[in-house]
Amino acid sequence: MALPFPTDVWVKALMEDLNASQAYADAAKNWEGDFFFIIEPAGTMTTPVTLYMDLYHGKCREAFAVAEEDHLDPVFRLKGPAPTWKKVMTKKLDPMQALMTGQLKLTGNMAMVMRNVRAAKELVESCTRVPTDYPV
Amino acid sequence: MWFFASPQIIYGEGSLSYLERLQGTRACIVTDAVLLKLGLVEKVKAALAPTGMALDVIADVEPEPSLETVRRGAARLLDLCPQWIIALGGGSVIDAAKAMWVLYERPDLQPDAINPVEALGLRQKARLVAIPTTTGTGSEATWAIVLTDTAEHRKLGLGSRENLPDLAILDPELVLDLPARLTADTGLDALTHAVEGYTSALHNDFCDGLCLQAARLLFEWLPQAVADGSNLEARIHTQNAAAMAGLGFGNGMAALAHGMGHALGGALHVPHGRAVSLFLPYTIEYCAGEPGTRYADLAAFLGLPAASEAQAAAALAEAIRNLERRLGQPLTLPECGITRAAFEAALDALVWNAQGDSQTVMSTRLPDDADLRRLFWLAWEGENAPSPLPPSQGKGE
Repeated sequence: MALPFPTDVWVKALMEDLNASQAYADAAKNWEGDFFFIIEPAGTMTTPVTLYMDLYHGKCREAFAVAEEDHLDPVFRLKGPAPTWKKVMTKKLDPMQALMTGQLKLTGNMAMVMRNVRAAKELVESCTRVPTDYPV
Repeated sequence: MWFFASPQIIYGEGSLSYLERLQGTRACIVTDAVLLKLGLVEKVKAALAPTGMALDVIADVEPEPSLETVRRGAARLLDLCPQWIIALGGGSVIDAAKAMWVLYERPDLQPDAINPVEALGLRQKARLVAIPTTTGTGSEATWAIVLTDTAEHRKLGLGSRENLPDLAILDPELVLDLPARLTADTGLDALTHAVEGYTSALHNDFCDGLCLQAARLLFEWLPQAVADGSNLEARIHTQNAAAMAGLGFGNGMAALAHGMGHALGGALHVPHGRAVSLFLPYTIEYCAGEPGTRYADLAAFLGLPAASEAQAAAALAEAIRNLERRLGQPLTLPECGITRAAFEAALDALVWNAQGDSQTVMSTRLPDDADLRRLFWLAWEGENAPSPLPPSQGKGE
């Protein structure tokens, strides 16, 4: 059954898929840094949604939809409109291309990102495996 | 949405004289000790003389430049305050100069954080001129920066579109004395750019023609430039092809051969062009059969058999190996002078660094760790990579 994006149940399913992925474990084994994924509203969404993931050495330790963003201060924030997220997660837009053209905006430790590009690619691969019902 | 970016390119005989048109009060030439000794810096100074600018020289960029070299150079630039940075050299010098420029403008940054995502706000203090003295890296026409983290024995693929040179000056006189081995190494780097630029996941209409023509020029003229360095026509065509291939892959991306080559260069110090071109036929064979490859188009343009993607990939890989043999280039890792002990000791790092390289992810076929390990072993043994790569037979695993 398709899970609604972006929701708590969806990001927990993503966590489950990531933690089962050897490819992600290999690619992200040096990664340390938690994330806010900020989805700006479109379609049936009316307000922004923030998903939190704690990614640490090839595993996701925690994932949930953020109720009160200000209580957390993650190392990275990746932000963009819902249609762009959908394009990336359905492989219609390369994630690097989305970042390099400013369609998704990333802030955080860029030296860490530049050394772990493959980890980002595997994270997107994992997203594509979660049956998803998009709001747009 | 995507971009096509290019410096203004001045090319052909006498193009160095364009420097006299620069306006400003101070310029800094970034180069290496060899070019300083060979007198090429003096030629650039002479070309700049009519501008009346004060000239400084930073001449300590090493091959495969380190993060530390960039930090040191940027500190010098902050002292000197030039309005023009003139990068004179091969890819190492030009890449280092790009990174020094970024840190000169943005002292708050570290070199390994230069990225294509964040706005840098360059050109507040200076502009960059790139004058290549090799014919292959294409660095004069790209925003790519490759630096070495000497602590981790790892090359880092960095860069921002903003650090694209403002001017690229392709004067063939500056490459007439390029030794044959360097001509071959760098020319094959350009061929790798052309092939990977045409076949990477981010290939695009604007880059296709540049990559195709660059590949054709290199197959035709590189052997002549290597055989007779004084052949001006061969030098001009290979120099142009290098810049065209640079535009091609710089506005698309390179791919797996670059990911593996960066790993090899960082761990075992094989020159960049030699490393990436060594892996190119193996990676073509590895990717063949995957959806989205375009080897038939490329092979047909080069006059090679191209009835199917599989036939074209095999023909292209063989044509590249034949060219490498003709130029006396290594086709295997042992032929690069690497011992088995050194290779085995470095293999885990090779796999890890190739996996994490920013170019690897642009391959039409994404290798897992086991695939990469076996590709490195194939390059050790000199065996063509079967496609699809069969299940592990235990070699090296």
